[in-house]
Amino acid sequence: MALKTEHMVLNMGPQHPSTHGVLRLEVELDGELVIDVRPHIGYLHRCFEKHCEALSYPQIVPYTDRMDYLASMYNNFGYAVAVERLAKIEVPERVDYIRVIMGELQRIASHLVALGTYGLDIGAFTPFLYLFRDREHILSLFEMTCGARLLYNYIWVGGLSHDLHPDFVRKTREFITSFRPTIRELNDLLSYNKIFVERTANVGVLPLETAINFGATGPMLRGSGLKFDLRKDDTYSVYNKFDFDIPVGKGLMGTIGDSWDRYYVRVLEMEESLKIVEQALDQLPEGDVKAAIPKKVKVPKGQIYSRVENPKGELGYFIISEGKDAPFRVKVRPPSFVNLSFIGDLCKGHLVADVIAVLGSIDIVLGEVDR
Amino acid sequence: MYEILTNLLNNTIIAYIISAILPLFVFILPFALFAVYLERKVSAFMQDRLGPNRTGYRGFLQTVADILKLIQKEDIVAAGTDKWFFNFAPVLVFIGSYAVFAAIPFSSIYIGTNTDIGLFYIVAVSGIAVAGILMAGWASNNKYSLIGAMRSVAQVISYEIPTALVVLTIVMITGSLNLNFISDIQTQYFWNWYIFGGPGFTVTKFLLIPFMITAFVIIYISTLAEVNRTPFDIPEAESELVAGYHTEYSGMKFAMFFLAEYANMFAVSAIVTSIFFGGYQSPFGYLGNLIGLTWLIPIEQLFWFTIKGLFFVFVQMWLRWTLPRLRVDQLMTLCWKYLIPYAFVNLIIVGIILLF
Amino acid sequence: MKNFEQIVSILKDNFSEIEFTVNIENEFDFYINVNQKDIFEVALFLRDNDELKFDSLMVLSGVDDANGEKIKDADGTETIKGGTLSVYYHLYSIEYKHKLTVRVATERENPEIHTVSTVWRTADWHEREAYDMYGIKFLNHPDLRRILMPYDWEDGSYPLRKDYKNPEFYQGMKIPY
Repeated sequence: MALKTEHMVLNMGPQHPSTHGVLRLEVELDGELVIDVRPHIGYLHRCFEKHCEALSYPQIVPYTDRMDYLASMYNNFGYAVAVERLAKIEVPERVDYIRVIMGELQRIASHLVALGTYGLDIGAFTPFLYLFRDREHILSLFEMTCGARLLYNYIWVGGLSHDLHPDFVRKTREFITSFRPTIRELNDLLSYNKIFVERTANVGVLPLETAINFGATGPMLRGSGLKFDLRKDDTYSVYNKFDFDIPVGKGLMGTIGDSWDRYYVRVLEMEESLKIVEQALDQLPEGDVKAAIPKKVKVPKGQIYSRVENPKGELGYFIISEGKDAPFRVKVRPPSFVNLSFIGDLCKGHLVADVIAVLGSIDIVLGEVDR
Repeated sequence: MYEILTNLLNNTIIAYIISAILPLFVFILPFALFAVYLERKVSAFMQDRLGPNRTGYRGFLQTVADILKLIQKEDIVAAGTDKWFFNFAPVLVFIGSYAVFAAIPFSSIYIGTNTDIGLFYIVAVSGIAVAGILMAGWASNNKYSLIGAMRSVAQVISYEIPTALVVLTIVMITGSLNLNFISDIQTQYFWNWYIFGGPGFTVTKFLLIPFMITAFVIIYISTLAEVNRTPFDIPEAESELVAGYHTEYSGMKFAMFFLAEYANMFAVSAIVTSIFFGGYQSPFGYLGNLIGLTWLIPIEQLFWFTIKGLFFVFVQMWLRWTLPRLRVDQLMTLCWKYLIPYAFVNLIIVGIILLF
Repeated sequence: MKNFEQIVSILKDNFSEIEFTVNIENEFDFYINVNQKDIFEVALFLRDNDELKFDSLMVLSGVDDANGEKIKDADGTETIKGGTLSVYYHLYSIEYKHKLTVRVATERENPEIHTVSTVWRTADWHEREAYDMYGIKFLNHPDLRRILMPYDWEDGSYPLRKDYKNPEFYQGMKIPY
């Protein structure tokens, strides 16, 4: 007679060390084998879109900070680009360059958190602290520029809240020289570590066809092998003036599109971001960063879907304007929200430990998923 | 130790009690205090941090403060738990690791009980902790604890096999299960240690060296797994299972698990030291012999034993802060597909070498 | 890469019986209106047609058009009767790099649209969000539940509608504001 067995439902989160925030995963298990993963979100819902309908365009900027709080600069950036396109505001070139510098530094900072916490999820504690040490440098640069370390409210519609600090360029160059060895160190300590590779290669494989249909963007999509980056393919700001590569997953350690590929794409992207920052610092033009900030943002009747390449993927703002002070509707397309939505498909048939490995490789920020 | 105390006090019962309590107060507690501090400082050093530096000189009293905190903490027993098992489990786990110390020779005169089946006893008694862990996981009535406990049991039982096989290899060479005897014959200089083929200059010794090194690597890996340290800390993998089988424990009961873990760390290091690295023997003669003070020798021996044990504890910490964690199936693969076959082959080859 | 007119003409050639109304708001954004009963067919066509290949749905957003009759309530708030809710589909073709916006309107009192989550999986959670915030029911959706709001949020209470009233009680608890 066969023993009667039943599946066990394990609730991971909302309070769990590696759900990266208040995410609840309802994991259905057969022993340690994952049958299904059902994400439950909304614990951090702050009605961003409802708020937007009652605020004027410039007032929304600080609210965007709080979505992806690890990449606030880029949220500001995306929003400013969207509104400027809709209101046809031309910004001075210096503003664009500074935005790109900030955006790329922010990308490095965000990837550092992603990689560090990913190591932590897999059980390697030390790389996390090494990476956070360097993230501190970037945060200090931001603090020097705008006074804030996490939520900047720096990139405004039509300009910036402050010009660069006189020391900024020098300190940024210092950071770049000191940061390159850290990437090498990270590769030695974690990326090529046998145990780490065993844990992440061939885990949570996302084939390219599926990735596109599922709406995966950013490192998720590039990890699956598609050379697609909005900075080049749907360019905005002054990104077309810089020379940089788009790293893609090549399946070096396993299958194309596995967790290791997604991880490694982020490592390579940091190098590319450094290149962009260096070029931007070299070409940095003079100008008044507040010159184009309108006294009152007048947005004509119309609508726009504008998207930028956030560290986590495609960050889109869909804005409908009725020609009033406040937007009629703002819909955000957060990258993590979409990337998280198919975690169940990635985890099926793996073990419990792999759920963590897959979740970490997606790199979600719950502030952005729930808005 | 017991014999000496009996002679000294003329009372077997008091001698029993003293020799039972002695390792706890003389060794395990101070060691745990020191090891936790060491772990923090080592990890801080490796991670470019400062570590504890506020309580006492360079944070030396940090663990004492921690213990005080743990004692004062509320002892939470969740509603759905099986109270008896829940309360008994930490005690059992601690008994398991504490009992091991009974047969470990700290120095030639300081050994809990100089039994002839020391190694066998250690292998057997360390299994008690498994029951405690399973009990803790089950009684907690928490899925994370249960999964952690199941993993732990599977892991500890699997890894006892390569450990036992390596122990068997040593027993074959020495012809004894008595740890004191095994330590004793590796005397004088470090090339007499079993990692270097054992005492005496014979062909056998040199033939044995590579196989002894293999055996040492195997037993070190498997003991690392037995005490659930990274990269084998799967039962308490914090990123997956929160804290594994001790998720629901707080206060003093948690401290018991904690203490047991650190006691275990030293216990396995001590075993490895005893059978491969000459136990309490000095690597190069004794000062006591040199200046003619024979009573100094046991103290020196204790010193060397502690140093060697601490070195292996340090290596454990070093690994912990360097390596990521294996997955449960990879852990089992490592044990059953690699360690056990290698240990077996090693055992057979050593057997053949010893025949000639 | 095809421009908007070309895309529309391809659509008109292939669907003789389906109406498309073209709406040009400003120079950035043009969209086509599709009737709610046809969206699934059109979506499949847009994805699979070799000349269009809209393989990626960038975003799906619900919008309250607030174009119905506005009735003033006694407490000064407004209730909207009639009019439409709509769903915007922003499509992108990774191969050809062209974009298209499709709008589907549905009546406010009984908003029902066929799901496109089987065409683009991206739509799965976005449709749940539109349902959560606007109460638009997506027919044949595999798992249409609330997503951002709590599962036990009051039925028929959809926060992003323009006439949404803040509830006084949640599950019998007074909300203090």
